[in-house]
Amino acid sequence: MASEPLASLFYCDLGDVSFQTGPRGTLENATWKKHLKSSSALPASLTEIKSLFTMKRLFSTSRSTIDSKEMKKFQLLSHKWWDEEGEYSALHSMNDIRVPFIRDTLLNMRNHHQLGNPLSGLRILDVGCGGGLLSEPLGRLGASVTGIDPVEDNIRTADWHKSFDPILAKRVQYKSSSLEEIVEESVETFDVIVASEVVEHVADLEMFIKCCYQVLKPEGSLFITTINKTQLSYVLGIVVAEKIIGIVPEGTHEWEKFVPPEELQHLLESSGFSVKAVNGMLYNPLTGAWSWRESRSLNYAVHAMKCERQGGPGRAEPSPGTQGRSTRSPLPQLAPACDPSPHVVASRAPRKVLHRGTSPHLLQQ
Amino acid sequence: DVVVSGGGLVGSAMAAALGHDIHFRDKRIALLEAGARKEPGRLPAAYSNRVSSISPGSAALLGSFGAWDHVCSLRFKSFRRMQVWDACSEAMISFERDNLEDMGYIVENDVIMAALTKQLEVVAERVEVFYRSRAVGYTWPLPQHGCDTSPWVQIELADGRRLQTKLLIGADGHNSMVRKEAEILNMEHQYDQSAVVATLHLSEARYNNVAWQRFLPTGPIALLPLSDTASSLVWSTSHEHASELLAMDEERFVDSINSAFWSNINHTDFIDAAGAMFRSAVSVLRPSGTAVRQLPPSVAKVDPESRALFPLGVGHATQYVQHRVALIGDAAHRVHPLAGQGVNLGFGDVACLTQHLSAAAFDGKDLGSLKHLLQFETARQRHNVSLMAVTDVLKRLYSTTLAPVVLLRTWGLQATNALPPLK
Repeated sequence: MASEPLASLFYCDLGDVSFQTGPRGTLENATWKKHLKSSSALPASLTEIKSLFTMKRLFSTSRSTIDSKEMKKFQLLSHKWWDEEGEYSALHSMNDIRVPFIRDTLLNMRNHHQLGNPLSGLRILDVGCGGGLLSEPLGRLGASVTGIDPVEDNIRTADWHKSFDPILAKRVQYKSSSLEEIVEESVETFDVIVASEVVEHVADLEMFIKCCYQVLKPEGSLFITTINKTQLSYVLGIVVAEKIIGIVPEGTHEWEKFVPPEELQHLLESSGFSVKAVNGMLYNPLTGAWSWRESRSLNYAVHAMKCERQGGPGRAEPSPGTQGRSTRSPLPQLAPACDPSPHVVASRAPRKVLHRGTSPHLLQQ
Repeated sequence: DVVVSGGGLVGSAMAAALGHDIHFRDKRIALLEAGARKEPGRLPAAYSNRVSSISPGSAALLGSFGAWDHVCSLRFKSFRRMQVWDACSEAMISFERDNLEDMGYIVENDVIMAALTKQLEVVAERVEVFYRSRAVGYTWPLPQHGCDTSPWVQIELADGRRLQTKLLIGADGHNSMVRKEAEILNMEHQYDQSAVVATLHLSEARYNNVAWQRFLPTGPIALLPLSDTASSLVWSTSHEHASELLAMDEERFVDSINSAFWSNINHTDFIDAAGAMFRSAVSVLRPSGTAVRQLPPSVAKVDPESRALFPLGVGHATQYVQHRVALIGDAAHRVHPLAGQGVNLGFGDVACLTQHLSAAAFDGKDLGSLKHLLQFETARQRHNVSLMAVTDVLKRLYSTTLAPVVLLRTWGLQATNALPPLK
């Protein structure tokens, strides 16, 4: 049973917006999603979207990955992206581990690279780029980056920030758009897609992944960082992070939308990806630094590669070596072969996995 | 991407280190130097009177971008031992490495500069050196920049050219303009001392691989080996005495040096007795005894025109870094030459900052971001502050002839000399 077309899926980076929802909001969203399954909710959501987007955002197709409520959250704080000590400081410091992770994974797959420009020649799509926090470092490392984000204010901020650096201004391009919109014009054009802190804000994850599949070149890489759906992530990620310490603006996350790594892996593999690595991440609020860890019960990062349809040649496992002087980014192996058939991850399931019965992300086949 | 202001030993080393760094291959570096370009001519036969004591760590840094090979091909002198003793007592301490390896190298500043310039030319496509250029104005970015102001540092040169950069490194000496313009407070103190430097010829050729330093009440006098027949003098003394030394004729100058090293005029019986007693106590506990006391060389003549003096002081910047600014070398810290560490601290800054910037470049970070600059500052301050404190304490400890202080330092020095862990 295919899921009903949803009004729009919205994806954004973490952070942003003093959106006072709390537990009430979580409930609201859960029921809202159920409503979305019936077409009567469509006009309501479309109207909402109309009021937020400019006219060109109205798609003739009613399928979309954008969640309008999520959009509103990020619109309010669109000017705060580049304040390194402000609301987005955790995202800024996440660059310290996610950029080396992406860089080293890609370097390990290349035979040769230009010193000083390790990612040159690669086309990267940064989905939900926000203010360009991740696009800029990737651009500095030599890649041609296209950053997309539905919130226009974010794109404006990103464009403005990159404009001062002549090299970045050429390498990084921003577009205010959703993922579906660029699918039509960019089938198989990108070597890498990065969706960092995005999938927990997306309304239809399966469609999102399918769009990623279409836009990626064969054997292209997909990098996702997101938050696991566990008791621990509710306590630490929402209660403590948002309400108590306040390192994340309140209302940014809804626990219902968190994605457990097994589910994400299942979705990826059923859409034609082969998951190469899943690593847990941890944020230390005292030092303001991120680090890798074994357990994926809180945050985690995923690297997947697009397979050829008929189970193409299995990629050799990327060696966990790194090049140059960089912090070590671990690359443990999970799926040895590029095998699109879904399989269950047996080991290292987080201990506190809750019953995910009513999650709308699950694909019923 | 980076502008280094100040083309001295430390500034040039910084530019060269970045220019040779693999992660800076596509970056553009500028070095601003107020002086003229020195043509790489032949080395003059006479030694220059400005020399530096280069530690093995600094030599490694210079070697990392190929400058040390040039130094070796020009001239330098390694020393294996350092003997330090007091003028007011017999106490002495000597330092040497296990296996008598090189403890350090005495190299003329001109030689180091020539080596650095050569290595800068090798990476000329990345490092542009602006000779005869002086910065007259800086425009600093606000940390949270507004709509239209550039987030980078703007530098206006005397000839009207403007540069803009992500990171400005101030290596322009203890009167650093970068530091002043960035409004970084500098805690400084002028010592009542000047240092007299000269090139001396020894009375007889010898295996000149020991560095000698004697603490006189007026200040330490040091003899640094340049070759088997020549040594460099660094004599820190009061301003009046320093001017006298410069004014005297050469014969009297040489006599003062020799008597400074050999005379026991400041000894008192009391201290000598106390010292001897302590020494016998030590020899009971450590029958192997302490290191052998060697006799310093005596000086025969001084190179004409090689006498010079410069004032001494100490200084330390309260911050080494700010948004898009970093200070290295004397701009950040200035020390007394008694420990021979001034330029080594600067080279240590270069090594540390290069390491942090290289990692930041490999991570695609904005080079002027305060985060990694603060890490550099913490690492260096931890190292520099303790060394500067010790140097300052030593200077003050040895600038008096008061009996109790002399006694304490005599015993202290003898004890330290006898106990390897303490050394």
